[in-house]
Amino acid sequence: MRELALNVMDVAQNSISAKADLIRLTVEEDTAADRLTIRLEDNGCGMTPEQVKSVVDPFYTTRTTRKVGLGVPLFKMEAEMTGGSFSVWSQKGEGTALTAVFVPSHVDMIPLGDMAGTVRLLITCNPDLDFVYTRSRDGRSFTLDTRELRAVLGGEVALSEPEVSEWIASYLQEQTAVVEGGNEE
Amino acid sequence: MKSLAELQAIRDRARAQVGLRAESGASTRVQVGMATCGIAAGARPVLNAFVEEVAKRGLKDVMVTQTGCIGICQYEPVVEIVEDGRKTTYVKMTPEKAVRVVNDHLVNGNVVTEYTIGANTQ
Repeated sequence: MRELALNVMDVAQNSISAKADLIRLTVEEDTAADRLTIRLEDNGCGMTPEQVKSVVDPFYTTRTTRKVGLGVPLFKMEAEMTGGSFSVWSQKGEGTALTAVFVPSHVDMIPLGDMAGTVRLLITCNPDLDFVYTRSRDGRSFTLDTRELRAVLGGEVALSEPEVSEWIASYLQEQTAVVEGGNEE
Repeated sequence: MKSLAELQAIRDRARAQVGLRAESGASTRVQVGMATCGIAAGARPVLNAFVEEVAKRGLKDVMVTQTGCIGICQYEPVVEIVEDGRKTTYVKMTPEKAVRVVNDHLVNGNVVTEYTIGANTQ
């Protein structure tokens, strides 16, 4: 993948297939420690210990159209390529959490990319699910919680409503700029 | 800066015209293939283009959504348009093609034949 944000879009689909209704995405950057952590947690159906083991195997997939599943293995490879790490936690009936740790200064580091765009599309295309997105860098951070937006919008306006979607896009862009700003590259 | 007050304004405007859209559930669905294959082939900008263009034109009866892999990865990004049981499959999509599909197909009802799977498999 050309952006880590695309990997997130991809693996988030697994949470949606697992019937999660709350997905937490955390992107945490610590420039002094040279670490970038992406954590994706859901309250979906979870996996058995055997499934957890096989999820990083490219020849394991739950889909029926083909015999390979590359989403999680790719994400894992990209983290480990930079000298980082990758772990999966899951409990049947409780949910699943993926944690990928990257070393941004490594030559094989893939750019984070447009994470705000990914989050906006995930929310717009899955208006019945709740997302909590937290982005932080060196102590600055912001959180977008769709449950809060839902409370403001009331029951009659969906999160996929074009005007709402535009608002989410602008909000994410502004907040991301604040968090990423102050550290000229 | 975007504030929650703006969201409240959106809600209030929607309430004012709720009668208009109450019974008009989405009759057309745009499904963009967003599995690993689709995303790697560039499906996100395509999905984004559909969301933006549908919003810009205020198409209330169109729902843009994502779907998984339908098994024709070599033709990704793949977009299916489903309306009253009729399905059109567009292949090798780009954001530019997406804009044209919204204008020609969704607004004017003319299928863009040259982008369909039928025109790209010979």
